[in-house]
Amino acid sequence: MVQGFVQIAIFCALVVAVVPLLGGHMARVFRGERTFLDPVVGRFERGTYRLLRIDPTQGQDWKAYARGVIFFSLAGWLLLFIILRTQTLHPWNPSDFHSGTWDLSFNTASSFVTNTNWQYYGGETTLSYFSQMAGLAVQNFVSAATGIAVAIALIRGIMARRSSNPVLGNFWQDLIRASYYVLLPISIIGAIVLISQGVVQTLGGSVADLARGPVASQEAIKELGTNGGGFFNVNSAYPFENPTGFSNLVEMFLILCIPASLTYTYGRMVGSRRQGWALFSAMSVLFIVSVVVVYIAEQHGTPAQHAAGVHTGLLDGTGGNLEGKEQRFGIANSALWTAVTTVTSCGAVNAAFDSLTGIGGMIPFVDLGYGESVFGGVGTGLYTMLLYVLLAVFIGGLMVGRTPEFLGKKIEAREIKLVSLGVLVTPLAVLLAAFLATATKYGSPSIFASGPQGFSEQLYAYMSQANNNGSAFAGYTGYYQPNPGNLGAHGITFADLLGGVTMLGARFLPIVLVLAVAGGLATKRVAPAGLGTLRTDTPTFVGLLGGVVVLIGALTFFPAILLGPVVQGLTDRLF
Amino acid sequence: MKLTKELLTAGIAVLVLTIVLGIGYPLVMTGVAQVAFPHKANGSQVKVDGKVVGSSLIGRAFVIDTGKKDSDGNPITRPDPKYFQPRPSQSDYSPTATFFSNRGPNSAVGRFFYRDALSTYLDLERPYDPGLTAAKVPVDAVTTSGSGVDPHISKANAAVQAHRIAAVRHLPPARVSSLIKANTDGRFLGVFGEPGVNVLELNLALDKEATAR
Repeated sequence: MVQGFVQIAIFCALVVAVVPLLGGHMARVFRGERTFLDPVVGRFERGTYRLLRIDPTQGQDWKAYARGVIFFSLAGWLLLFIILRTQTLHPWNPSDFHSGTWDLSFNTASSFVTNTNWQYYGGETTLSYFSQMAGLAVQNFVSAATGIAVAIALIRGIMARRSSNPVLGNFWQDLIRASYYVLLPISIIGAIVLISQGVVQTLGGSVADLARGPVASQEAIKELGTNGGGFFNVNSAYPFENPTGFSNLVEMFLILCIPASLTYTYGRMVGSRRQGWALFSAMSVLFIVSVVVVYIAEQHGTPAQHAAGVHTGLLDGTGGNLEGKEQRFGIANSALWTAVTTVTSCGAVNAAFDSLTGIGGMIPFVDLGYGESVFGGVGTGLYTMLLYVLLAVFIGGLMVGRTPEFLGKKIEAREIKLVSLGVLVTPLAVLLAAFLATATKYGSPSIFASGPQGFSEQLYAYMSQANNNGSAFAGYTGYYQPNPGNLGAHGITFADLLGGVTMLGARFLPIVLVLAVAGGLATKRVAPAGLGTLRTDTPTFVGLLGGVVVLIGALTFFPAILLGPVVQGLTDRLF
Repeated sequence: MKLTKELLTAGIAVLVLTIVLGIGYPLVMTGVAQVAFPHKANGSQVKVDGKVVGSSLIGRAFVIDTGKKDSDGNPITRPDPKYFQPRPSQSDYSPTATFFSNRGPNSAVGRFFYRDALSTYLDLERPYDPGLTAAKVPVDAVTTSGSGVDPHISKANAAVQAHRIAAVRHLPPARVSSLIKANTDGRFLGVFGEPGVNVLELNLALDKEATAR
């Protein structure tokens, strides 16, 4: 157990070390300053602007910025849907897979455009290499870049000095610069490191039954962009996606590095690094609690194992609940990954969530309950946390009876209305979708397990899709596939459509609300901080912020979580 | 007019980025991989007599076909006592279509799975290791992995099976132990991950030993 905590501690130290480096780089990228990549990338960047026929220096107000996000995502959705529906026409389809059904394709296109990567299908038995590369991997990049762009736009709104023509930047420029200066270079390095560990990267088809493909290129951006959609059905548990202890470390690091570093970018851009570290601290505390709980819980066996007389204590270093876990990762790395992938909106897994212990399995629910604010998705995490900051400032203001202000700007009724909506859209989407699935008969064909486990599967499915996470209690299904390759397969239309609509709504409504908040803040006069100003860079505020996140995020779901994982954690009964 | 232009920009952006990030990037990576790491990029294939028998990263079953079929028409197999046995698998070690076992912590069906896995293990190993009880069976030996193709078993699991291998193959126990050690993948830098014994490589080493003698 000590050895496990040493691994966890070193991992956290590595993340802390990269935050100023990568965070500072991103601040330079989005201020339009020169970076060390300019000599190579600058030419491609300018060429792209020419092809797009845009002037990157032309600023957009919040409505134009939001239209950019929506139109771009819509176009991406359409192309992805068409690609998934026309697989028979593709090159690089060595297994001759047929096209996906319309309902599955709807769910999958919505899933990848929203940075969710929820997967009702198994990659290696459903999708051609072309679909994986030109369809899914592209959205892995650009949905992440979109998230970063929106977060940067919000920061610009917060910093803006009052002007008659408030602009949040240019969406197309932010999109391209996030892709070319941040995501692509790190993905290239990440992919090469992963290949050196044994992650496959080939266009050749199966050899001796071994399913292969261009995996490493996709694996790198899947983690870096907190997307999480596996090339293979069992995701990063599969050795061709994640073969060694080192590849596992690299992948966890890729998942967390951008969401963590963006807090520093924020601090740099608003001119006070302390502001950034305050957000980072609040996120870290909640994250570490999750890691510790799931790690300790998984040291124990499950009631089913004990009832069968299985010995789950340590024997020469091996013990605990190894069901659904790989020997090379063991309990420590499976538990750490579980927390990393659920606090961020990544959703890649290296162990089966459906086989976690009751209390261990509660942690993914709690993490999703935070609503992407604890590190969260790339960009998404920062803008969600900033909504919580505004809310915390408001609550703090109410306590002392002053008009709340944040970095010199008054927070008024319009902001608080928008912020409240932005924070509540996702939980409402979860509860509504889970209610529709649970209270009607249409949800039941998707459920695998019986008893509370089945309820967990269903609740988690909609929590994961609404939070754009994509991890699963994988018994839950929306697709029947009797043979590899889609022939004779059919989707479960209800689950596919409900999930798809949930993902789209819970991604784009908050984005529009965030941009509206940014647009409003940009018009406000800056007042100097007074004696009564609630400082937002102190330990007290970090505590208040963490409290607000826990109160609103996690407690919304407390009754529902009681019915699933907590029941199983408290009883030895088998269902 | 303005909206049409914005929609057009969005369409062009999607196409340009698809070419750069969806075709350019993975193809360049494939090129780099095939030049710099051809063995690993193609799946760390293991060949015996020039024929690909698997991948050193992907576990496989070592079983004997009993000639009988179950009610679904699938052949019934039993563990081959000449070989180290990998962990149980929900997919019979299929590297073509993977899935999770999704066996929940309070699963009533799961109890029967674990009971059967435990008795299969004890039946196979106890004749060679009379002191073996359920309390000495490591948990990896009776649980399925995440991938269903876990290439490793724990050191404790290998140590139990070593009794059988030494007896069936008439090898000195010390020789079996040293082969296990040689085919154990340690932690990265001695810190990250868990040590595991690579079953396919260990079994191939045993076969090589047999041919050499």
